[in-house]
Amino acid sequence: MAETVQRLRGTFFTLNVNSLLNLAGGIAVLVAIIATLQRVFESGGTYFFQTLGFGLAQGAIFALVALGYTMVYGIIELINFAHGDVFTLGAFFSLAMMPLFGLNPSSSGAGVILPLLGLFVITMLFCALVNITIERVAYRPLRHAPRLAPLITAIGMSSLLEGVMFIWRGPFNLAYPDFLPEQQLSLGGGITIAAKAVFVIILALILMVGLTFFINRSKLGKAMRATAQDRDAAQLMGININRTISATFFIGAALAGAGGIIYGLYYNSVAAFDGFAYGLYAFTAAVFGGIGNVPGAALGGFMIGVIAAMSDGYFTVAWTRPLIFGILIFVLVFRPTGLLGMRVPEK
Amino acid sequence: MSRVRTWFQDNRRNPNAIAYSVFIIAALLYPTIVQFWTGGNGDYLVGIAADGGIYMLMAIGLNVVVGFAGLLDLGYAAFFAIGSYTYAEVASYHLGVTPVDHALHIPFWLALFVGMFIAASAGALLGAPTLRLRGDYLAIVTLGFGEIVPIVFRNGGIWTGGVPGISGLDVPTLPGWFQGPWINQNFAWVPDFRFTTANLTAYYVLMVLLIGMTVVLVHNLYNSRLGRAWMAVREDETAAAASGVNTVTVKLLAFSIGAATSGFAGAFYGAKLSYVSSENFSFIVSVTVLAMVVLGGMGNIPGAMLGAAVLYFILFWLLPSAPSQVESLASSVGLDFLNKAVPNGWPGIAEEISRSKYVIFGLILVGIMLLRPQGLLPSQIRKQELKHEEHEALTVPRQLQS
Repeated sequence: MAETVQRLRGTFFTLNVNSLLNLAGGIAVLVAIIATLQRVFESGGTYFFQTLGFGLAQGAIFALVALGYTMVYGIIELINFAHGDVFTLGAFFSLAMMPLFGLNPSSSGAGVILPLLGLFVITMLFCALVNITIERVAYRPLRHAPRLAPLITAIGMSSLLEGVMFIWRGPFNLAYPDFLPEQQLSLGGGITIAAKAVFVIILALILMVGLTFFINRSKLGKAMRATAQDRDAAQLMGININRTISATFFIGAALAGAGGIIYGLYYNSVAAFDGFAYGLYAFTAAVFGGIGNVPGAALGGFMIGVIAAMSDGYFTVAWTRPLIFGILIFVLVFRPTGLLGMRVPEK
Repeated sequence: MSRVRTWFQDNRRNPNAIAYSVFIIAALLYPTIVQFWTGGNGDYLVGIAADGGIYMLMAIGLNVVVGFAGLLDLGYAAFFAIGSYTYAEVASYHLGVTPVDHALHIPFWLALFVGMFIAASAGALLGAPTLRLRGDYLAIVTLGFGEIVPIVFRNGGIWTGGVPGISGLDVPTLPGWFQGPWINQNFAWVPDFRFTTANLTAYYVLMVLLIGMTVVLVHNLYNSRLGRAWMAVREDETAAAASGVNTVTVKLLAFSIGAATSGFAGAFYGAKLSYVSSENFSFIVSVTVLAMVVLGGMGNIPGAMLGAAVLYFILFWLLPSAPSQVESLASSVGLDFLNKAVPNGWPGIAEEISRSKYVIFGLILVGIMLLRPQGLLPSQIRKQELKHEEHEALTVPRQLQS
């Protein structure tokens, strides 16, 4: 009898604040999932797959941007606020470069593939160069300064890039030509998915797989991982730290530039201030997957994309933003390492 | 008299004492000078100074969080919003149209503290689960919070007035016994001290008093046991905890006191504008206040005040007036074609200048950090730390730096 009381007491009276918070968090997630499922069953499969396709396509773009955030954070522990604006810059720059490749809003069909490829290459290079310059000018001199300093220059650079795009093309939404096929692909059983979404997802996946191979197999990738782990030790092993960090910014921005074009092609509209909010979403994705973790950022991107699309599609658009940032806070409070992250010692 | 003289001699080389003296003299003389300068039409300039005071108040509060305790808060405008909306709820007709169906008209002097209290509670609620996170994670959490709060107010429907916000908030009033026998009399030297849009000097005087009060309070906190604990936590949390500082309480107090100051400023803002809208509390407000603190010198109260004054002058006075100035300059030197907008091209020089404000803001932020990271009026203690850090970076393992 006494033992039972003791055990019950152990179960019910040692609930501390932390486990209560965990319980509340678990219940909130469960309620959200049930509410979504109920609405999914109400409105049928066709709508669900459309929303899912949209979410995955959106998530693919988030993932491309999130990779840049996560790589930069992994290597120098800086939230590169300018990254989201480098992404928009990619869309703006590609829009301006289109006449150079003979692309105009009316061109379509298989003829656009080769010029589009050229457009991707030149935009990715441009964004990479911009990002390397930003690193050289604004972050490298502050590498040994207190943590706050580079964060503030990052915000400053973000404002600077937004301002440049604002002066260049004004505050309005710019029309981005629509080169992608419009038809719906049938998956059988009356379920369709937009060809556009499939194209975006495949393109993003190719880029991400390429990046993973690069990081895991190449010498520079190895140098990056070593620098992320311990910068001083890497330096002692003969790794050129500055070049490795520059390479990280280069690759991250190249992916963001590609993401910018894909964004333009998918949404057919871009504005100078899109990048900041989009960048924050992507950053949430990076945190969600476990910051500093490359596959985690990809997974987080797709998940945030799907969650945002479900919230837009089944609930109200007005609450999507609070939901995403709520998830950000939620993840950081309950699982700061993210879904796939490992415990990183505080540097 | 001799005491005054010794005070001057002692503080001749103390930049903070000089800064405080300059602030006091400037605050006292500003309305007179402005009225004299503009020939009696300077009321709106006095009003602008009162608005700048709101930012100064926020900079003082954020300085407690970022400068004293070393916690990076990127969502400071959220508490500003909470303070404003609290004032709007408790001191307007708005609650009368909500399902509560009963308008509250708490007097301004009390409502100020209600707004402050609610904002401080919000700060404590946000801080309690998140303050154990490491530095930049806390920055992200506060950033997320700062994004959520204005949207929640925008989506709040009938409760928060939705997108247009709440208008017609109560104006501060002074009781008759305080005003004295000259109430409602128009004496030339003792103007009727009423808070109206025609008498912005009243707001200015109130703002100066509020800032003075806040500075005294924060200054005393800085010199107290709590202030020393903040600095200990900022420098090395582990060492502080080992020396018996309750780091959680100390950090939570810094966070809540910062939030309280912001809520205080928010309530004043609501009363001055007599209107609140979720559009006025975006991320850019948080960044601006942070930039003020950093520009002035983190961890130094007069530094934050100076940063607020300088940046407010540049961002809200110099830049908005620049387009028309440049336009008239262009036409006066015969470059009139610069002013004309070309369709799908040159938008006119005035538009071009006003578009460049983001670039200028970005350049200011980057420029300060690269050229003068310690700020215009740095804290003497911090200045020494910044100097030391460079030498130690070579020998001390990174684990011990922060």
